[in-house]
Amino acid sequence: MTLTTGTPARPLRVAIIGAGPTGFYVADHVFQNAQVVAEVDLIDRLPTPYGLVRLGVAPDHQKIKFVTTAFDKVAANPRFRFYGGVEFGKDVTLADLREHYHQIVYCTGAQTDRRMGIPGEDLAGSHPATEFVAWYNGHPDYRHCEFDLTQERVAVVGVGNVAVDVVRILCRTPEELAATDIADYALETLRHSRVKEVYLLGRRGPAQAAFTNPEIKELGELADADITALPDEVELDDLSRAAVERSEDRATRKKVEILRGYAQRPATGKSRRLVLRFLVSPVELRGDGAGRVAAMRLVRNELYASSTGALQPRATDRFEELQVGLVFRSVGYRGVPLPGVPFNESWGVILNDKGRVLDPSSKQPLVGEYTAGWIKRGPTGVIGTNKPDAAETVEMMFEDLEIGAVLQPPATAAAAEALIRERQPRLVSYADWLKLNEIEVQRGKAQRRPRIKFTRVEEMLAALGR
Amino acid sequence: MNIANILARKGSIAVTVRPEESIREALALLDRHNIGALIAVEGNRPVGILSERDIVREAARNESFLERSVADLMTRDVITGQPHDDLLAVAHTMTERRIRHLPVVDSGGRLVGMVSIGDVVKAQRDHYQGEVDTLQMQLLGDESGPPR
Repeated sequence: MTLTTGTPARPLRVAIIGAGPTGFYVADHVFQNAQVVAEVDLIDRLPTPYGLVRLGVAPDHQKIKFVTTAFDKVAANPRFRFYGGVEFGKDVTLADLREHYHQIVYCTGAQTDRRMGIPGEDLAGSHPATEFVAWYNGHPDYRHCEFDLTQERVAVVGVGNVAVDVVRILCRTPEELAATDIADYALETLRHSRVKEVYLLGRRGPAQAAFTNPEIKELGELADADITALPDEVELDDLSRAAVERSEDRATRKKVEILRGYAQRPATGKSRRLVLRFLVSPVELRGDGAGRVAAMRLVRNELYASSTGALQPRATDRFEELQVGLVFRSVGYRGVPLPGVPFNESWGVILNDKGRVLDPSSKQPLVGEYTAGWIKRGPTGVIGTNKPDAAETVEMMFEDLEIGAVLQPPATAAAAEALIRERQPRLVSYADWLKLNEIEVQRGKAQRRPRIKFTRVEEMLAALGR
Repeated sequence: MNIANILARKGSIAVTVRPEESIREALALLDRHNIGALIAVEGNRPVGILSERDIVREAARNESFLERSVADLMTRDVITGQPHDDLLAVAHTMTERRIRHLPVVDSGGRLVGMVSIGDVVKAQRDHYQGEVDTLQMQLLGDESGPPR
């Protein structure tokens, strides 16, 4: 007798790789289907869940982290299990998962940064902004990173939210940072920072900058950093002015107004200065002769309208040099291929159609394999944008379940658990994580901080009595 | 958000046709793929776009329209997008100029995909929905205690 998948006798078994927001949204949408009984196993290579909410969102933006209360509700479902510290492709392989699950969903995000592709990019003192972010957030794989904060002048390339976070953290005072859950070692290093001037560099104009109005306003309210911009760079060119007027885009108008205000603002003698630059692109990093960044050569850009009316930068023949000893690049992100999973090199995502993973040669869906979030569409939007994205993927999963296009794993839930435990005896369950969370929050209380993070896997396991 | 984010979650590049093919063949392609427009290509460069409207217009006037060629009916003055074009600008142009299908080309003019107005509207809706959801969560979070 064959049993229907998705019933109490034979629950639909789903494995999700990656416990960031998208992984939780996928689990949530799977559980929301009242017609299908499903068991969801969420697997992450780190012992802690929440992905970039814990390790990407800036420590001085605690409110954004409230979203984790929704994730905890998903995790409270008795048919949900978390396997932290279990790496896909190493501890468990695709072949293993095919033996134990009807459906597998990859939600591994965009794990690598785009390079600027300019000479000198690999000089000492030039870093991906995400490494700095992972470092100050206490990511166990990045706690060893070193950033030379004895340098007085720093350039951050890009104007997206990562770039803005980085300049803000560089400009905050130790007192401001000490009220957050920034990693202890990062707080200590930043306490001795000698950074005086920070440049935020946008290749297009103020109207095209990706940062939001609240983000840019916050930069103007820092305790001990003056903000400034160049008056001629914050005036709109004709094309941008026409685009803003045509679209009646009030947020962009407001943004330009804020930036104009910064250009007019007199310095008030604060210890640090944050300079917003627009319409410039780095073309070369120059060394000091000993392999360290000493300067950045910039080209001035002008904007042109593509045939769809989108405004793009074009280099002019005007150059300038900026003396900087530290450079962080944040010019875009890409997904990293997973072992055995088809990848779309053009867009840096898993090859998919609305979340169904495709066979590269036939372009037909691979039975039982799906993707959602940044590894499906590229890194864009806010945390919540991954919710409708996950919903689309889950819709495909249920359509396929309906017609029986799922894997037929011989093994049960108990067998899956036994296999994962055997492969990775040090795994962290959700109950374990809740214990770690409690300890982190307790440790923070004495110092009036949201928490003091564990930043070493060994520390976490020790705290769990292992 | 830009065009590349839409193309990333579409399996195929675009359904194409050669200009010398017949409208009969074009109709079969539209039907088979359940779509509203075909991109006419020479090599991998778009030279025209043939929409269901172009065919309907001709069918109303000429009963032997099935034998005509794609080149006879297609729109030659094709507006194309590039992967890094902002969705906001693209949405504006498509709405203003009543374009339903936008072929996307790389910097060398080679076809790399197509976005429909439906794709653009969905991406924008998801974007706004995500923002609203995130803002609501932060407001609600204020009332439900400290974050994790």
